[in-house]
Amino acid sequence: MARDTIYALSTGPGSAGIAVVRLSGPGADAALRALGAEPLPSPRRAQLRCLRDEDGDLIDQALVLRFVPGASYTGEAMAELHCHGGRAVVAAVLARLGQLPDCRLAEPGEFTRRALEEDKIDLVAAEALSDLIAAETECQRRQAVMGMTGALGRLAESWRGDLLRAVALVEVTIDWADEEVPEDVGPEVGVLLERVRTSMLRQIALSSGAERLRNGFEVAILGAPNSGKSSLFNALAGREAAITSTRAGTTRDVLELRYDLAGFPVVFLDTAGLRASTDEIEALGVERALSRAQGAALRIFLFSPDTEPLPNPSDHWRDGDLRVWNKRDLADAPDGYIAISAARGGGVVDLLAQIEAAVSQQVSSEALVGHLRQRQAVEDAVDNLRRAEEGISGRPPEEIAEDMRAAIAAVELLVGRIRTEDVLGEVFARFCVGK
Amino acid sequence: MKQCFDVVVIGGGHAGVEAAHAAARCAARAALITLESRQIGTMSCNPAIGGLGKGHLVREIDALDGVMGRAADAAGIQFRLLNRRKGPAVRGPRAQCDRARYRSAVQAAVETCPNLTVIEGEVVDILERNGKAAGIILADREQIFADAIVLTSGTFLGGIIHIGERQLSGGRAGERASNQLADRLRGMSLPIGRLKTGTPPRLERGSIDFSSLETQPGDQDPSMFSFLSARPSAPQCPCHITYSNQQTHDIVRENLSKSAMYAGHISGAGPRYCPSIEDKIVRFAGNPSHQIFLEPEGIDDRTVYPNGLSTALPEDVQEAYVRTIKGLERARILQPGYAIEYDYVDPRSLDRSLELRALPRLFLAGQINGTTGYEEAAAQGLIAGINAARSVQGAGPVSFDRADGYLGVMVDDLVTHGVTEPYRMFTSRAEFRLSLRADNADQRLTPRGIAIGCVGEGRRRVFASKIEILATAKRTAQSLSLTPPQAAAHGLAVNADGVRRNALELLEYPGIDVARLGAVWPALAVFPPEIAEQLENDARYAGYMERQTAAVEAMRREEARAIPQDLDYGAISGLSDELQRKLQKIRPASLGHAARIEGMTPAALTLLLSVARKMERKTA
Repeated sequence: MARDTIYALSTGPGSAGIAVVRLSGPGADAALRALGAEPLPSPRRAQLRCLRDEDGDLIDQALVLRFVPGASYTGEAMAELHCHGGRAVVAAVLARLGQLPDCRLAEPGEFTRRALEEDKIDLVAAEALSDLIAAETECQRRQAVMGMTGALGRLAESWRGDLLRAVALVEVTIDWADEEVPEDVGPEVGVLLERVRTSMLRQIALSSGAERLRNGFEVAILGAPNSGKSSLFNALAGREAAITSTRAGTTRDVLELRYDLAGFPVVFLDTAGLRASTDEIEALGVERALSRAQGAALRIFLFSPDTEPLPNPSDHWRDGDLRVWNKRDLADAPDGYIAISAARGGGVVDLLAQIEAAVSQQVSSEALVGHLRQRQAVEDAVDNLRRAEEGISGRPPEEIAEDMRAAIAAVELLVGRIRTEDVLGEVFARFCVGK
Repeated sequence: MKQCFDVVVIGGGHAGVEAAHAAARCAARAALITLESRQIGTMSCNPAIGGLGKGHLVREIDALDGVMGRAADAAGIQFRLLNRRKGPAVRGPRAQCDRARYRSAVQAAVETCPNLTVIEGEVVDILERNGKAAGIILADREQIFADAIVLTSGTFLGGIIHIGERQLSGGRAGERASNQLADRLRGMSLPIGRLKTGTPPRLERGSIDFSSLETQPGDQDPSMFSFLSARPSAPQCPCHITYSNQQTHDIVRENLSKSAMYAGHISGAGPRYCPSIEDKIVRFAGNPSHQIFLEPEGIDDRTVYPNGLSTALPEDVQEAYVRTIKGLERARILQPGYAIEYDYVDPRSLDRSLELRALPRLFLAGQINGTTGYEEAAAQGLIAGINAARSVQGAGPVSFDRADGYLGVMVDDLVTHGVTEPYRMFTSRAEFRLSLRADNADQRLTPRGIAIGCVGEGRRRVFASKIEILATAKRTAQSLSLTPPQAAAHGLAVNADGVRRNALELLEYPGIDVARLGAVWPALAVFPPEIAEQLENDARYAGYMERQTAAVEAMRREEARAIPQDLDYGAISGLSDELQRKLQKIRPASLGHAARIEGMTPAALTLLLSVARKMERKTA
């Protein structure tokens, strides 16, 4: 069996002068042809080619480098596409590659791994790889943190839960056929699969660039009552040209302000003042503010010399968040704070620059590649779920289970591994099986 | 007199018998040491062999010329193919067995086996020489020397029996435990844990009123375990089904505090899938009743095994709740149910040939590795026996992977993940389930067995002739084809896409079988039913095979990348402490094995690969 051809964005994600997309595997030349980079450049000669999408529309003019097997980094046939660095260009190139048969995004470290397997590199010291591992660990840590509060993490967990329940229902009819278990689990399984599939399809649609631009990056402003949140919000809104709308948020207590910050769509959230309260309604407002802030891309913690300190701000603090010292004319800002005067508009430009830096940082650390890989995993899951759903009434359970296992394997990429032990756990929690 | 053997097997249960027999088949001089030779082949729990996943294991044992399949066929008094109405991959053969017949079939296999000696005695110590197991010492201080030992201690290692609040030392009802050997193993600083399992009270057949109960007959057309058996040889008889009720549950609930399981006397973890009646009532309080199978223990045996009633309640409570059950109103208990807890060794301290890393040439098989079930034990015994013989003969170890069979799935699960409860086989544990069928166990494993040398001449001939007929049938089926209109003319519904399909491709369609195609092409009607069924089963999952084959190849590529067993994971910088600890404990045999360890990352795998290669170069 031929190996997959792998590809990945090899330069840092986000806007840059150029972006290099690397391909490796037996299908590298075929991929170049599919991108319209013909005639194929001679090996190891940089040549300018037009890259085109599925419909033949131009994506970009790129410098294309081609390597033949045995004379490349991985030892396999390889290609490098030096595109213009716009995010849209890179996304379009990666999307086109993703459509090609036997082509998939590389796993972390996979180019290096192939090089090792093909005996192309004899690592002078294994330590060289420990950086790679450190990087990955950091990435996983971030993802785990996001997984706890992020919408996709929660969603993937719920998919996993539903799929586990569904596959357990099918498995129980297989492995405990002799016992008192439900005969016809089809309807219940059907409901679960349809729910997951619908949710996945929505997620696929949401992940497209247009939708993301529409949603924007949320920046929550948090602070004690009277620390000047609303003044800051108004100071931001005062820049008329930037405002796209102001309207009441989804909750009574959160106001949204849409903003175009140097090309980044940003949504500022004005939240209820944070303080420990015995008043039930106010406490509810605080809780909402905090939960909304948890999901935001960035939090601004607003302090001022004349208000009480925030209750436990460190609980909600994440790396990259900003501390802002308002009413700087009353007292000097401590170290590490951005000093502003919201009422007079002082320091707001500085603050915006810092927010822009923080948001752009997130764009680049959000890893476009990881994002696309997740999307492909979800699409793969959807295909398998569709087949399982179609088969429920007609095909034997072990075949339905096979499709569902393939879907679960795809979700594994999003939330970590699922072992058969988890399926059995679900079975034993639900059914009294065992003679 | 000094006795010497190549392989000594300790224990005469299902694991021990397969281990000793397999070692002897591999031409090793083998001895089986047991406390009581008349107990060899005893079914200590329920009187049945096979089931889902388990039936697959028995077929695989048989494909490697093991004992269990033939013994179960000789002793079977009610054969049922489970999941008969589902696809072939999940059909599992199962048989109620006559205990006495089973035992005598096993003992006959042991007695007639060349190279195999039975010795009665209690093993109290294991001899070591040059850091390897080298023999055993019996309770009477006699020493027996051997180059490899297989330990299959079942529930006998530090066994404690619980009946209500009473506790007694024992390996099985009425049989003593092996406490000195348990102490010896504990002294080896192995990772040892406790597990528990339970049995139901045994009832006297004459005291049960069967007339009011549902009857469960065997199959009209029995499916045998062994590829060499044609039909049952024992008389056949049915099982009966009854149910617990509210009154039963009330009595159990009122007496929970008297149960060993609930009074906190047992430290070991029990299986979730074989719950005691106490567990069922506590965990599934909403269920108004639970099914109970009344299984005869034999044709001439007056004992009935009420499957579903396992318990550790006191005898008087057992009698009270049993008598609330329909048909059991006057039931007499011949032997009370009990729970037993015993030592097991964390199987992550074994390699894939089931050899203990801490003491080479000592192999462990069966319940001592944390599994439950006759079939699981026997399959491990087979693997341990083959490898014990090979280690003595200087041949390399053999192991089976997750695509070879359920025995490979089991060993991989055990050595990779360890156990948290007694491990039982289920078909859902096998990711290549559609390929690992009971019907093709011989095609998957008999050629391996022939190469290993554990398959006898008789089976080799039967297998060769079957393969030849199967190949002819496949060739014939591939040579015969129809266009869609021709198919339609014969009443065969296929897509009208103008594609000509041969007989194998036609078999992929639901509703088309070899019998129907035999009406079209008489050349296909001449093959025996088991060959026809094989063609149908192979065609059945053809649509999934491409993906499955690709997955198997990907797995095997990774499995082929060996990691040195003496690798010092502590010296690899870049691995997290947690991964280092896990790797040190599990010592994965290959990159693929390492990948299945929980928490493993792609980058850490890359690191392992590079380190492994560097070491290979150094030693090369």
